[in-house]
Amino acid sequence: MRANTWAGRNKVEVRDVPDPKILNNRDAIVRITSTAICGSDLHLVDGYVPTMQDGDILGHEFMGEVIEVGSGVSADKLRVGDRVVVPFPIACGACGACAAELYSCCENTNPNAGISEKMFGHPTAGIFGYSHLTGGFAGGQAQYARVPFADVGPLKIESDLTDEQVLFLSDILPTGYMGAEMCDIQPSDVVAVWGAGPVGQFAMDSARVLGAAKVIAIDKEPYRLQMAERAGHIPVNFDEVDVRSTLLELTGGRGPDKCIDAVGMEATHGSAHIAAYDRVKQAVRSETERPHALRQAIMSCRSGGVVSVIGVYGGLMDKFPTGAWMNRSLTLRTGQCHVQRYMKPLLQRIERGEIDPTRIITHTLPLDQAEHGFDIFKNKQDNCEKIVLKP
Amino acid sequence: MTQLATRESEARQDEVQRRGRGLGWMSLGLGVAQLAAPDTVRRISGVDDSATSRTVVPLVGARELVHGAGLLTSRRKNVWAWTRVAGDAMDLTALAMAIAHRDGHRRRRLLAVTGAIAGITALDLLTAVRATQTSKTGSAPTARSARREREGGSMDLTATTTIRRPASEVYAFWRDLQNLPTFMAHLEQVRTTGDRTSHWSASAPFGSDVEWDAEITEETPGEKIAWRSTGDAKVPNAGTVRFVPAPDGVSTEVHVVLVYDIPGGAVGKAVAKYFGEEPHQQLDDDLRRFKQVLETGEVVRSDGAPWGKRARKEFPQRPAQPLSDAELEKGAEA
Repeated sequence: MRANTWAGRNKVEVRDVPDPKILNNRDAIVRITSTAICGSDLHLVDGYVPTMQDGDILGHEFMGEVIEVGSGVSADKLRVGDRVVVPFPIACGACGACAAELYSCCENTNPNAGISEKMFGHPTAGIFGYSHLTGGFAGGQAQYARVPFADVGPLKIESDLTDEQVLFLSDILPTGYMGAEMCDIQPSDVVAVWGAGPVGQFAMDSARVLGAAKVIAIDKEPYRLQMAERAGHIPVNFDEVDVRSTLLELTGGRGPDKCIDAVGMEATHGSAHIAAYDRVKQAVRSETERPHALRQAIMSCRSGGVVSVIGVYGGLMDKFPTGAWMNRSLTLRTGQCHVQRYMKPLLQRIERGEIDPTRIITHTLPLDQAEHGFDIFKNKQDNCEKIVLKP
Repeated sequence: MTQLATRESEARQDEVQRRGRGLGWMSLGLGVAQLAAPDTVRRISGVDDSATSRTVVPLVGARELVHGAGLLTSRRKNVWAWTRVAGDAMDLTALAMAIAHRDGHRRRRLLAVTGAIAGITALDLLTAVRATQTSKTGSAPTARSARREREGGSMDLTATTTIRRPASEVYAFWRDLQNLPTFMAHLEQVRTTGDRTSHWSASAPFGSDVEWDAEITEETPGEKIAWRSTGDAKVPNAGTVRFVPAPDGVSTEVHVVLVYDIPGGAVGKAVAKYFGEEPHQQLDDDLRRFKQVLETGEVVRSDGAPWGKRARKEFPQRPAQPLSDAELEKGAEA
């Protein structure tokens, strides 16, 4: 089959690889009909997530048709021919974490748990196409994928919604939604979202759906801010205005009640000096993050507010504003999305027309053009917001 | 007994590291003083009448900085402690020469400084000797147990995990000793030979013919199993596993202690190599798989690590892409 693979730093390559086979009894093989490039794939390609190997198949947002199931998958759960969206964290459904609906912290699905335990203190779940630190599972930017614990994760789509309407249930829609949900939004809340990429856009939509009074989008790409503005959110361009004073202006001096970091470890910064400081430290690996968005969110949030982090971080950051966090009674909440928790309720919201996930799609490309896709997505060319790949 | 010896060795190692750091800071202080205020140092030492000392004192200061940096940053305190001893010898020689050429208050000052240096020399010597002795049992904490194994001795491993199953079920799975090889990496087969006796065989690194008999020495259903090897096992070993209900009322805590009496010689070396620098990792991984088997039915496989418990080396793995038919056919031995 054809698959998009990691071929070293800043390099992806669509190659011929063997077709997947059942390895565990509860596996299924899915013929992929739609897959996507995620912002977090860029962290892998840029080389900031350790344990990538040449030939690793990328991609953790995919859906398709079940063409084979293992002997351990009961027919009332999944059958050949089912149309499914596959959540990016692989979860066993039986451990303590799964019982607590903390699916991305599943205790059983990462065969390389020993490594993730060393880096993070405790192991995290297996994730498709997302380095060997998360298990070394082949990803979904391919024609076929093996899906472990197929009786737990995949969501059956039984209505006639298009791929484009449901594909993002695999990751970015639940991720954005969880970012808003962690904010515990009240009707009077002003919510500020750092990053108007795909996850940020869905965090904004979710904040609105959950009842926020006002939603602010912070980014520097005019086309991304325009996209947010068209969806009814207030754009703030950090290249043009001072974020702090603008946020104070927009909130009567209080600061946003809830702040969402949808940027993560590779933030850019308005100040060249600070940007250079973190870039150098990251390049020599003396910190793994460039955390401007998170620092700014903490400094901007009103006292007693919530800072919700869904942008991806990989290791250690410097100059975390503990003083602001502690003295102003901020709550910091975060997590890799527990996708399985949100798929069904969000599918219903899509069916009811409350959220339109297709609004962020700017490009649809054949799988063989994945390399070009990564290029324009990374460099924000051609107004690229979200790319759907067709195998 | 062995645990006690380990603790003593660890304590000694810590002592050496601490004393080495102390000496490092002292070197740094002396070095800075000699470089920043050489004239004061010369006056105190009573050598302010000599032009040579104007050159020698800053040089000694520079040397002290090197000692300091070495002692503070390197874990090999034994090597750096000996460089200090060498430096002390140089200093004492220089001081002896200076004393021979002086009298009056300068001589008194020189004698006082020489006394101080002699005291420091004794301390340096003690640290260097200690550091050299301890480095034989391990120069860094991670290597300690592994090095000890090469010389033979007993190795205790402990590990624990929580499994979301009732204690009776977890106990029953373990009590059927024939299940152990499904998750314990080094076990090839366990065959039950009687009510409390069994025959065990272990795979390659122990040597292909490593087999032994074992007996259960204690069992409390749902709570505890203890066993030990019998007869002339090449690697005499014993184990205890306790099953404790977790506070959530659903899960079971599993606490394992394994004791290997590791011989010297070739077998001992093979065992040490097998367990590597981090013997605990092996048992931790065994218990992770035990949890997988009980909670999910089997050992989880990925494309990067497709062979379950046969995945002996974690890195480099095979790439995260499906296995070819040839790879699948060859299996774990490929």
